[in-house]
Amino acid sequence: MKILMLGWEFPPFSSGGLGTHCYNITKALSDKNVDISFIMPGCDDDVSSDRVKVIRAGKGRLIKLGVSLKPYLPSLPVSVHSGDKTGNEKVYGQGFFQDVQKYTDLAVQVSRDLDCDVVHCHDWMTFPAGIKIKEEKKRPLIVTVHSTEFDRTGSLSPNPWISDIEWQGLYHADRIIAVSNRIKNLIVERYGVPPEKIDVVHNSIEPGKYAGAPMTFGLDQRVVLFLGRLALQKGPDHFLNAAKRVLEKDSNVRFIVVGIGDMLPQLIYMSINMGISSNVTFTGFQESIEGFYRMADLYVMPSVSEPFGITALEAMASGTPVIISKQSGVLEVAKHMLSADFWDADDIASKILGVLGYDCLRKEMQKNGLQEVSGMSWSDAAEKTIGVYREAMNHREVFVG
Amino acid sequence: MKSVCFYFQVHQPVRLRKFGAFDIGKSPDYFDDGRNNFYLERISKKCYIPTNKIMLDLIRKTEGRFKVSFSITGILLEAMEKNFPETLDSFRKLVDTGSVELFGETYYHSLAYLISEKEFREQVKLHTEKVRSLFGVRPRVMRNTEAMYSNDVAALAGRMGFRGIVAEGLSHILGWRSPNHLYTPPGSDMRIFLRNFKLSDDIGFRFSCREWDGWPLTADKYANWLGDSDGDIINIFMDYETFGEHQWQETGIFEFMRHLPQEVSRHEHLEFMTPSEIIRAKKPVGVYDVPYLTSWADVHRDLSAWLENPMQRQAFDQMKGMESVVRNSKLLDTWRRLQTSDHFYYMCTKWFADGDVHKYFNCYDTPYDAFLNFMNVLTDLNNRMKQKGARKKR
Repeated sequence: MKILMLGWEFPPFSSGGLGTHCYNITKALSDKNVDISFIMPGCDDDVSSDRVKVIRAGKGRLIKLGVSLKPYLPSLPVSVHSGDKTGNEKVYGQGFFQDVQKYTDLAVQVSRDLDCDVVHCHDWMTFPAGIKIKEEKKRPLIVTVHSTEFDRTGSLSPNPWISDIEWQGLYHADRIIAVSNRIKNLIVERYGVPPEKIDVVHNSIEPGKYAGAPMTFGLDQRVVLFLGRLALQKGPDHFLNAAKRVLEKDSNVRFIVVGIGDMLPQLIYMSINMGISSNVTFTGFQESIEGFYRMADLYVMPSVSEPFGITALEAMASGTPVIISKQSGVLEVAKHMLSADFWDADDIASKILGVLGYDCLRKEMQKNGLQEVSGMSWSDAAEKTIGVYREAMNHREVFVG
Repeated sequence: MKSVCFYFQVHQPVRLRKFGAFDIGKSPDYFDDGRNNFYLERISKKCYIPTNKIMLDLIRKTEGRFKVSFSITGILLEAMEKNFPETLDSFRKLVDTGSVELFGETYYHSLAYLISEKEFREQVKLHTEKVRSLFGVRPRVMRNTEAMYSNDVAALAGRMGFRGIVAEGLSHILGWRSPNHLYTPPGSDMRIFLRNFKLSDDIGFRFSCREWDGWPLTADKYANWLGDSDGDIINIFMDYETFGEHQWQETGIFEFMRHLPQEVSRHEHLEFMTPSEIIRAKKPVGVYDVPYLTSWADVHRDLSAWLENPMQRQAFDQMKGMESVVRNSKLLDTWRRLQTSDHFYYMCTKWFADGDVHKYFNCYDTPYDAFLNFMNVLTDLNNRMKQKGARKKR
């Protein structure tokens, strides 16, 4: 089985769950003898050389294009008010839309030398290329949806150009993979896709990677961790609101915010205005996140809309209890965590105080959380994905729109 | 003659409202009256009223030969008295027939036995008084919460004037022996009624299970099983909520019950009896020796559904630790309401991920939420107890 996959940069150069997913699913599929040609945007070094780089990896190959796609990261320096001019620049970096076009052209060009049974795309930036390649090669197209424009913008002001690309990708796809039932339902409701066209393949985790002795944070303080893109979707502002409430009752708690994003300046001002800045640490982007999980007493993920939420599983595998927003897909596969509505700062704070205050609760959550993720592996997700490939290949009359 | 002894546990927990850390010190209002009444109204309509009507019809039709027993918790009696008098009346009508026996238990369906003898005695006494005032009868047989049982529980019940007590008929204690006889604890003349868990769970758990080779369970088939059983008493004990709630009306559970007495009467050696009649009519055959606590809960049949994980233990210990102070306070009744076993059951992590029976009527997303909510309430209660003015005037 030969797959042409259009995906995302692998960790640590990725900006979240999408890269983690691409890396792990590719690895797990290769272990099952699937031949993968993986096309990804390049990182900064590759871009400067402006060349297509092919790396042979086992049976498959990794193709890095000379174009960098960093949709969700700010083009620094950022002024605090930069987001107010046009909606787009708030979420997406400058020049990004041209980059998508360049990526599409390069990917289609590269694909002409590659043989495949199925074309498989991850998220909207790769959809235009996927659709073109499907038309040229007459091969079935599969798209995996990790999040939609409605998730990223909290449904407030979705960019119509992007949601239209998403719609086109979903329309041209022969099968759709959703990373949770939550996102499947959203695709059905918002994009009018028939539910029978969608298979749910939940994200997973390689739990062994996160095992290790707990670490301590230098100060004699309890540590509550936020880890994710500093963007509206991830709810870092809700994290600070909850932090404020916690600190009213217990001042000996440190809130660590790991990640970058356009909201960073706003969040820093927010913590100063709330008078809690001495208890909040912004670390910026971190290549190695395992240590943060291990030093945290608690991981909080107050996402406004979270199609899945792999980091919750990573925290559990690190022996760190999790409070997650009820609007999260990961709740479909793991139960041993606390959940709250992202907007309910009192409830989140109340639960933070509970986890920090009761050792017995924390230990029970740790124990059961570790046990719960110990049975997970990407191999199952790969198996299900292969099932989707087979189904698409068996229905040979490929629909070309 | 072989006696068939039907006994039903009737209980609804008084659920706590959502009580976060920021509610501590703000409101003495712990219980979710709205939700409690909502559930009680539903269970009345779906189970208590229709099932009581069937039972009453059966007793009348058989001229009193069909007999059942109930144990109704004090907090439920109180709630029915206050808000659902017609449901209470339907139980009264049953007791008035003389074919229905009422058991004694702790007023609060509580873990009081694990707190102190004094606490246990007082709660059982409260229940006895409630039953006497509402029904005019005095319970003679006891069922401790969830059939929590040991030699010591039996001895204490004996000292309190009970003549019989309910226990789970556990194979590892019975050995080769059958649960279908009267037994006594070592060196005591208390009578132990051992639940026949196989025949009880056939109705309580398996009735609607299509994968079970006994499905569909019909009244004549079940009557045959009763007829073919060994021993001289068959104790069929289960939650009353089996009818219409655990087993929905659509499963045919009401029709099953409606026809059962008639089918049983086709077996000449079978008759229905209440435990007190059995105590008078039958002799114990041996000793059932249980040095440690057992129960009828889950598969482990021990206390682990309520008191296994560290959260359950801490919650319980902290609550127990308040005993001496709370006794002299106006908050005694509130404290006792927190002893209801269900609060601890909600904190059980054992089967949580499987989404099984523990989820039933559970208003919490996770056992962790159940623990935190309970601890917040307990903290608030503890604070109030220590405040001036909470002490009872003497």
